[in-house]
Amino acid sequence: MSELRLERLDAYRWKVPMHGGMRVPGIIYASEKMLREMGKDESLRQVANVAHLPGIVRCSLAMPDMHWGYGFPIGGVAAFDPAEGVISPGGVGYDINCGCRLLATGLAAEEIKPRLHDLISALYRDIPSGVGSTGSIRLRIQEEKKVLREGAAWAVRNGYGSAEDLEATEDGGRMEGADPDKVSDRALERGRDQLGTLGSGNHFLEIEKVEEIFDGDTAQALGLWKGQAAVMIHSGSRGLGHQVCDDFIAKMVRLDQKMGLNLPDRQLACAYISSREGEDYYAAMCCAANYAWANRQMLMHWTRECFEKTLRKSPRELGMKLIYDVCHNIAKFEKIPLGEEGREKDLCVHRKGATRAFPPGHPALPERFRRTGQPVLIPGDMGTGSYVLAGTSKALAETFGSTCHGAGRLMSRAQAVKSSRGRQIRKEMEERGVLVMSTGKATLQEEIPEAYKDIDEVVNIVHGAGISKKVARLRPLACLKG
Amino acid sequence: MPDDRNLKPRYRFIDHTADLGIEVRGETERDLFANAALAVHDLIADTRTVRPRESRVISVSGIDSNDLLVNFLREVLYLFNGERMLAANCTILEMDGERVKAELRGEIFDRERHALKKEIKAVTHHQADLRRGKGGWKARIIFDV
Repeated sequence: MSELRLERLDAYRWKVPMHGGMRVPGIIYASEKMLREMGKDESLRQVANVAHLPGIVRCSLAMPDMHWGYGFPIGGVAAFDPAEGVISPGGVGYDINCGCRLLATGLAAEEIKPRLHDLISALYRDIPSGVGSTGSIRLRIQEEKKVLREGAAWAVRNGYGSAEDLEATEDGGRMEGADPDKVSDRALERGRDQLGTLGSGNHFLEIEKVEEIFDGDTAQALGLWKGQAAVMIHSGSRGLGHQVCDDFIAKMVRLDQKMGLNLPDRQLACAYISSREGEDYYAAMCCAANYAWANRQMLMHWTRECFEKTLRKSPRELGMKLIYDVCHNIAKFEKIPLGEEGREKDLCVHRKGATRAFPPGHPALPERFRRTGQPVLIPGDMGTGSYVLAGTSKALAETFGSTCHGAGRLMSRAQAVKSSRGRQIRKEMEERGVLVMSTGKATLQEEIPEAYKDIDEVVNIVHGAGISKKVARLRPLACLKG
Repeated sequence: MPDDRNLKPRYRFIDHTADLGIEVRGETERDLFANAALAVHDLIADTRTVRPRESRVISVSGIDSNDLLVNFLREVLYLFNGERMLAANCTILEMDGERVKAELRGEIFDRERHALKKEIKAVTHHQADLRRGKGGWKARIIFDV
């Protein structure tokens, strides 16, 4: 049990007061019930640990889907001053630009229901997934470097999707500042044959149905309607991103020792943003982020092709349109209003298992989202569902423009496997109305619905707290797991 | 099957909400490092089915014993994640508080003969803890999976 003392701020927020070497307080978005669950693991202490990092601004934040990570909690958000603050690979996570995208169709879920089995089988066949999955493409290093520089645009240029998709992708599917020369040979090697693969663990591709609309105007503006069939894709930067993170944590552990920076957890290893090491990490991280966007763009392209072939319909008849693509493991330089006057300051915002949630009218949003606010995609676990939310000005004021990213784990993977022993998970899911295809049996056991927090409760907190608002809820129909 | 069946490395799982942790033991520090290396590969696939056909020598350094163990296991993991090699045994060739040199013998992963168990994505520094106890050496390691 964590013995941290918490102060209640309001119905949705709790404060971890400054103590020990904390430079700022911690603020946690949670209900009382969720907080009790969080108290069982180390994540509350991790919120306090993040507050020890040099140059942290205002507070160390945690979203309601927070759970125990290593170094930073998952669901953690922290912003740093570029002049005197740090950047931390552990504050981004190993799977750099892990994220998800929602692809809507022009079809009603009822129309595709009789073909659901064929569809998920086709996706299972055509989309490489599972432990150590490799794709159909092996890139030459020079070509891979182009992927790292161009991101999703590289995929579009090579025939995977259209330029219209880029506009519906966070940052247009490409972070500036990517320098492939800062990516190690090992990371490049690991990335060569994994582009266009889903991966394993919590990554998935799911056919869903829009079950409920909460905000009719926003849903309509985004192109969502009740009963519509859609596809959610959740994946990241695969081995390349992991290697980038791993390389830089090792470098920064040494660096921090040399600088005499005393951190409560070595996994918080960091470098000053303005230092060479800090700049190099950011340049390499941008490369991994771009790789992930190209990856999701390709996975989406093949999904469209599978639908066309299986349903024998033209792209026009199918009308498969990218609603949006978000990243939820990233560090970015963003203009954030601070203080009572709300003067904007450039900050390095770390989101580790958290999603950007910019409000209507924000200049970083393309024209089509200026009125709605940025779409926020919250992938659920395979049994329950996903949400589409929209960003708000309160998020910009309170959480550096951030909100939750998913349900968040409640059980460890080992516990989940234990509690699913002797059960037919696939059959249970079918009884709940979800067809499941999976490469690994263990994955299904680790990902059972009860291993996750209640996504409705997580979303109700961010909605109630006003850091994003509910637009639509989707229910899974068929799921492809790694 | 190989004639001389490899011993299953000694380790046990510890619970961690997001990830996977193990506790490894060894009579000596060298013993622990060798055991931890095999444990990593045993998490990925059943090491008893791996034949010692090829050899790799790895050499790493660390700022202290915890960092040394994490860096050593990062290299051991890269053998699989980067080179697709599974290890059947590990011999510590040289070791002091800041450096370790080891030889790992094994073979390239073969889908026909090796069943993969789990994807181990990274070795973390989080709560890494190597210490000498009453009955020998003990270490805790948490992996990103």
